[in-house]
Amino acid sequence: MNNSDIYIAIAIMAVVSFFTRVLPFLFFKKRELPESLEFIGKYFPAIILTILVFYTIKDMDFGTFPYGLKEILAIAFTASLHILMKNYLLSIFMGTIFYMGLVQYL
Amino acid sequence: MKYVREIKTAFKVSILILMGYTILGFAFGLLLVSFNYPWYIAVLMSLFIYTGALQFVAINFFNAKAGFIDIAIASWFINLRQSFYGLSLIKRFKKSGKLKPYLIFAITDETYALLTTIKDDEQLKKRWYYFFLLLFSQLYWVFGTTLGALIGMSIDFDTVGLEFSLTALFVVLCIEQYKNIKNPIPFIIGAIASIFSLLFIPKDKILLVAIFIALILLFTFKKRITDE
Repeated sequence: MNNSDIYIAIAIMAVVSFFTRVLPFLFFKKRELPESLEFIGKYFPAIILTILVFYTIKDMDFGTFPYGLKEILAIAFTASLHILMKNYLLSIFMGTIFYMGLVQYL
Repeated sequence: MKYVREIKTAFKVSILILMGYTILGFAFGLLLVSFNYPWYIAVLMSLFIYTGALQFVAINFFNAKAGFIDIAIASWFINLRQSFYGLSLIKRFKKSGKLKPYLIFAITDETYALLTTIKDDEQLKKRWYYFFLLLFSQLYWVFGTTLGALIGMSIDFDTVGLEFSLTALFVVLCIEQYKNIKNPIPFIIGAIASIFSLLFIPKDKILLVAIFIALILLFTFKKRITDE
């Protein structure tokens, strides 16, 4: 993207982000939440986060050696570290260092 | 000074996310300039968009020259959870007058967690306490971003693989999310939808197609999910 397109994109994201934040304050002042909305609200975050994990590794080449093994290893490392230590900064930090080591030195 | 008590308490509580926001903001700034975008783009985004996940993903939008409508739709879905955060803050933000627009703007995963877990001190003027708490939080985020972008520009080090910080962030959030809902089906749905679009859909539409497939699956298996 060139710079002016980037400014437009930033403006769009700013407006959309504010819109998603302000939405409940505009429409649900007193009314009860419909059941289907409650369902989405409960399960959609898990879905979008899973999709985003895959989306962030979309540029990896799974067709040739090492078949995305570095990404899978680094994800497994990050996840295990997080389950063991329960410290999300540490997991993100160490996971990234681990992956950078894999792609830069192997 | 007028709101000294509110500022003091807000600062004390905000320290909980000081580290997290500075480091993650730093990583964002560093990553953005590593693709040769100017540093102030990163700062602008942290000032006006102010949502970590979307800002990181936006770098992909820029690189892929994504269409504006696609960006708008994808942003909406990525941020959708914030609408649900807002629902549980309606009462808290009720009498906040002219401060309300900023309070609503500054809802993020982390500030939401703070606002809903920390017990309120009854003597404080609520709206000002919330305002300073959220303001401090955004300051850390903007500060981290600026620092990361400037350092990334002036020091030339090998950032190959740095983009994994985003993957790691989402992996960690997935685990936290699992602790909340204790139900594997939504994660399986997300994975199936993603793998399908990775295999069969052109790169610039992957995200949207995956979201739509996942929504269809979510409602198809609604009964099984709620029975779990």
